[in-house]
Amino acid sequence: MYAAGRVARMTPLLVAQIVLTLFVFVMLLNSAAVMVYVERKVAAMLQQRLGPYLVGPKGLLQPIADVLKLMFKEELRPKAADAFLFALAPILSATCAFAAFAVVPFGAETTFFGLLSEPIKLQVADVNVAILVVFAIASMSVYGIVLAGWSSNSKYSLLGGLRSSAQMISYELSYGLALASVLVMANSLSVTDIVNSQSGTWLGVLPRWFVFIQPVGFLIYMISGIAETNRAPFDFPEAEQELVAGYHTEYSSMSFAMFFLAEYINMVTVSAVATDLFLGGWHGPFLPASLGWIWFLLKVAAILFFYVWMRWTVPRYRYDQLMRFGWKVLLPIAVVNLLVTAAAVLYFNL
Amino acid sequence: MNETVLFYVFGTMAVVASLLVIGQRNPIYSVLLLIASFGALSGLYVLLEAPFVAVIQIIVYAGAIMVLFLFVVMLLNAPHEETEHDERVHPLMQRGPMRFGALLAMALMVELVWALTSGRETGPFGAAAVSSVAALGRSLFGPYAFPFEVTSVLILVAMLGAVVLARRETPDE
Amino acid sequence: MSDVTLDHYLVLSAVLFAIGAAGVFVRRNVITILLSIEIMLNAVNLTFVAFGRALGTGDGQIIVFFVMTVAAAEAAVGLAIVIGLFRHRESLNPDSFTQLKW
Repeated sequence: MYAAGRVARMTPLLVAQIVLTLFVFVMLLNSAAVMVYVERKVAAMLQQRLGPYLVGPKGLLQPIADVLKLMFKEELRPKAADAFLFALAPILSATCAFAAFAVVPFGAETTFFGLLSEPIKLQVADVNVAILVVFAIASMSVYGIVLAGWSSNSKYSLLGGLRSSAQMISYELSYGLALASVLVMANSLSVTDIVNSQSGTWLGVLPRWFVFIQPVGFLIYMISGIAETNRAPFDFPEAEQELVAGYHTEYSSMSFAMFFLAEYINMVTVSAVATDLFLGGWHGPFLPASLGWIWFLLKVAAILFFYVWMRWTVPRYRYDQLMRFGWKVLLPIAVVNLLVTAAAVLYFNL
Repeated sequence: MNETVLFYVFGTMAVVASLLVIGQRNPIYSVLLLIASFGALSGLYVLLEAPFVAVIQIIVYAGAIMVLFLFVVMLLNAPHEETEHDERVHPLMQRGPMRFGALLAMALMVELVWALTSGRETGPFGAAAVSSVAALGRSLFGPYAFPFEVTSVLILVAMLGAVVLARRETPDE
Repeated sequence: MSDVTLDHYLVLSAVLFAIGAAGVFVRRNVITILLSIEIMLNAVNLTFVAFGRALGTGDGQIIVFFVMTVAAAEAAVGLAIVIGLFRHRESLNPDSFTQLKW
């Protein structure tokens, strides 16, 4: 990036990069659609009912029907709402959700079976402070919610928006400390380096994933990630039974779809980062390195299934319980975890 | 060449956003425009080969301090600025002391630009740049360890002070 | 190589500093005044990082780290004071606080 003297010509490498970026973008959109279906089907299975089964075989075309329905709904806006902010909020949410995935690698370096002269990384942007960038964009996504709550000019929205954003910034601290403990172990801020330091196995059997050395860190990360993305059991601010729908009460049609999209893509990003940092990324047995993205997909799918499972199994935290848990329980544990990790790294010269 | 273009783009964005910040009646728009200005500054830090500072700028300034401002503006339901002269006149165009203040600021700018460029002509930046986070970390825990610890005490004091100052007085005090 | 020199960055930060100062002098809303102070602090940060780059040390970035911390602390305390003032006088105009009597 710093060799700015390079003139951009349409080399195959550049074309590959552009195609990769578009591919990631389209895949994220698809993942949101797939998650809609998965959520409803898994919820149905957990509740011993059928779920969507009418549209397409086994209801597989249900997301398409949902998207079409959302597109054709009327776009409403409350008269007293601030028009500019009302329109800006869903755009901010969706943009931050997509942007966070830009620094997440999902496979080893590949030449696409010899089509390219040199390998490119399967990552949209390889920055050497990648973890911090993920954290930065997570802290920017608070704005979409708080602006949505404010600009709707309604009590439920404002309360939901403020509560939701207070929750997000509270759990950002534990999120950051969990990231910091991985940092201490891997000695680098670049996600690619962290994944590569998890290759290989101990005793030929147990893979060198960080989750085995840092189970507490993994737990803290997952809990904070669930709270950051406003998913159950931390979804009090947008629960239907509590605040109508919280900060997106007044939104309909495509703006609502953008918030929905942002939430699912944030889930995917949290799962992808967890896979890269704790579960070894694309390393796995039986497959060559160039097909590592299959392992990555499987691991991300497992974490997403866990997310959906949590939502339909565990009861919801009340708002004050949620905040108390974040500040008085999770944050001290995260700090102690970081201290113990740092001490262990120094002592064992890891 | 790319870097020159990027510098001018980010620089213009920062200046325009800052001008709009001081020129808005609605404080919420001011806060949002300031976030845009911080984003532009973050880009400039990347151009100066300081990626750590760029990301910290987003995390701390745009992601935390501005959220604090936004919360306060929303909770106070901050009214639009009442000026004692005339409601219809833009806040920056008021008569009297304010025009003098604006002139003073312009004089300051002229002075600063003259002072900063009156040294010898500086060439383009040299090749040496400290951009690795590890080196910064070693500085912070090495020569700068004492200020580092003092800032943590400072933040603690500020936190306590903010909580005490913003507390509602209960009736039995 | 680019032809952006240290002077370019210094002029930019001087302009930003003056804009912040103009905001502090002219505006009659304490929140906007606090925002203008943040603009000034950022201009100073830019100067530090530019000089650090020019002299090839990391000290510029370290000092920016400290300036950001101090700015965060100052914003928190300043806004707490604003909340206290607003509760008392229902106004954000600094001209309504000219009497020392509470």
